[in-house]
Amino acid sequence: MSMPLAPKLIVTASPHVRSQDSTPMIMWNVVGTLVPIIAAAAWFFGVSALLVIAATALGALLTERVIGRDGTLADGSAVITGLLLGLSLPAGLPLWMACLGGAFGLGFGKLVWGGLGQNVFNPALVGRAFLQAAFPVAITTWPTIGGSFWKLKGDLFAFPFTHPNPDAITSATPLGLLKFEGKGTAVAQLILGNTSGSLGETAALVILACGIYLAWRGYLNWRIPAAVLLTVIVFSAVIHAVDAHRPDALFMLFSGGLMLGTVYMATDPVTSPVTNRGRWVFGVGVGVLVVVIRIWGGLPEGVMYAILFMNALVPFINRATQPRVFGTRRQVTA
Amino acid sequence: MTFSSGFRHGVHPREEKELTNQLPIRRMPYPDELVLPLRQHAGNPAKLCVQVGDHVERGDPVGLADGWVSVPIHASASGTVTDIGWWPHPDGSMAMSVRIAVDRYAPQVARPRLVPHWEGLATDDVVRAVQDAGVVGMGGAAFPTHVKLAPPRDSAVHTLIINGAECEPYLTSDHRTMAEYPARVLFGIRVMMHALHVDRCVVGVERNKPDAIAALQQALPPDLDITILPLTVKYPQGAEKMLIQAVTGIEVPSGQLPVRVGVVVQNVGSVAAIAEVFETGLPLIERIVTVSGHGLRRPANLIVPVGTKLRDLLAFCDGVTPDAAEVIIGGPMMGQAQANLDAPVLKGTTGVVVLAKHETRLEKVYPCIHCGRCLEACPVFLNPSLLGDFARVARYDDMVDLHLADCMLCGSCAYVCPSNIPLAQLFQASKVALRRAKAAAA
Repeated sequence: MSMPLAPKLIVTASPHVRSQDSTPMIMWNVVGTLVPIIAAAAWFFGVSALLVIAATALGALLTERVIGRDGTLADGSAVITGLLLGLSLPAGLPLWMACLGGAFGLGFGKLVWGGLGQNVFNPALVGRAFLQAAFPVAITTWPTIGGSFWKLKGDLFAFPFTHPNPDAITSATPLGLLKFEGKGTAVAQLILGNTSGSLGETAALVILACGIYLAWRGYLNWRIPAAVLLTVIVFSAVIHAVDAHRPDALFMLFSGGLMLGTVYMATDPVTSPVTNRGRWVFGVGVGVLVVVIRIWGGLPEGVMYAILFMNALVPFINRATQPRVFGTRRQVTA
Repeated sequence: MTFSSGFRHGVHPREEKELTNQLPIRRMPYPDELVLPLRQHAGNPAKLCVQVGDHVERGDPVGLADGWVSVPIHASASGTVTDIGWWPHPDGSMAMSVRIAVDRYAPQVARPRLVPHWEGLATDDVVRAVQDAGVVGMGGAAFPTHVKLAPPRDSAVHTLIINGAECEPYLTSDHRTMAEYPARVLFGIRVMMHALHVDRCVVGVERNKPDAIAALQQALPPDLDITILPLTVKYPQGAEKMLIQAVTGIEVPSGQLPVRVGVVVQNVGSVAAIAEVFETGLPLIERIVTVSGHGLRRPANLIVPVGTKLRDLLAFCDGVTPDAAEVIIGGPMMGQAQANLDAPVLKGTTGVVVLAKHETRLEKVYPCIHCGRCLEACPVFLNPSLLGDFARVARYDDMVDLHLADCMLCGSCAYVCPSNIPLAQLFQASKVALRRAKAAAA
């Protein structure tokens, strides 16, 4: 009996079908949601924002291409690292520093661990921590927002290893104002992003909207941002109630890099817990550390260190929150 | 309508049942040749009882039960035994098989036989009649049915659960059985309740089969406590432990059998097969098979003689489309991909699914990003992400500590994995490696 048959049969193990989502698809969707945030940064800081973000992305991508395994650029994770690092930097950072930060973050934050999925710390934050240690002045020089789109916000094209020319107009961030000068900032200004700060910290509402979209699509786990934000609100509200000189919850929520860090860095699946209970623990830990560092620490901002500390705890959180296996430790009622 | 919300976790693959769920069951003509492997069920393979050259009638045994956990194999058509030897088995191996050249133009009437009168029979006689008829679990696992009808004497079975969930995508053979033969299913239930001495029976049916639920409900006998329970549509609703939890709310303890909580589960197809034994006296020699898939030209629900080669079955369905890529025995979640279309339909073959190229998962595998989707999919709450990491580096003993034994290889984890990691395959391989190590140590 003859019949038309495919020339070759595929023989794979079950299951033979799979859901639509793939890892590159998730990554590129995250990249897509970063576009409006980058646009907001460009709106506030002009072309400088785009240049800094391009420099970090270039550093990250080059490193992934040169040191990483073949074809790993296409999975989109290196792009995310580069863009996020750029968004966490000030607009006036010399481009060679930004590029170096991107390369360091990718190299030491991800590739030396074994590439995608293997790293303990968020690569973008590793890059930022490196820049903070290496260039403490440049990374805390915050240009004022506004002005012409094409006007550079600092000595972006400083030659590597020279002192950048400090002729840009700068102003302190809301958290810096509070910590070092005791001045508050109107919450309305914070929510609109009408303040000084890093590229991605002035667009809190845009970031929140993107986060909600990603959570709705299932590309980020909502439990971590929910835990972080709730913890920050509750904890800082309690402190504000005890001591009215301390900032209130709304200020804490919309200032600094909390939104960017919470939505995009704390939720990095690779460096956050794999269990849902663990995610709550992780999020609460990040929230507490953010408030503690901001209020009692020596730095005005604590999101980066809060997430990095909690990254280190993830293996322990995972182990402590293993799910209960079906049919174990429960009374049989029959 | 009340229904059970069922178990936690699980996944929602595309159902694809609309290809066949309204197609009435038809009978497939006898092929020119049948191949009957002696190993079609869990337990010992049947013992050969024919020789090359023998002529067999439809329903004559070609292999006899070898011990308690074993059943005989019967000829599904009259013909001549042409060969006894190794033949491709749907599980990918070769199995000792009996090849029968089917008589052409024969009426295919079985020998006159005694129909056991179930009401007068003691439990042991019912069990023996079911074993002699070669009835096995027809949901895919092919565990001999009579063993489940004779639970250990110290166990108190109070509920019989009939598995009509049919949660695998594409498959509709149980659905059509319930919709078209509700009386036969209920008669089979009656015999089983008689044999098991239970007063209560629950038939769990996923809610995507409203016509099957309605048909059963209309045919319910007034003298028996039988409940038709609509279930949430979710994979793997038809897994034994999931079904028991959905029906009774009880979690079967890890490593225990359902009898431990007083429950016996049988598949709808097996119940219908039992009914047939006590209606006609015929053993299990044919079964209802869903032949479906986007790679098949004419999907159908067919009564197929056991031993029909896949090649003949697909040809009867007008063959496959040019983009057909994978032929699966069973459903796409737990079924077995076939490398050789000479492999036959067995007693446990629920369906044959031909996937088109774009449906297969022949794609790149990415590293695990620890997204945790597999943890949220696993119906028995394992950590497939961590188990997968261990499996890759052969840390099998650590996997035992993580309850690898509770994994039933349902494939939910691999289904949701965005990195396309073949988790179920890794766990299957780990189980085999552990079994080998245990055998070597013993």
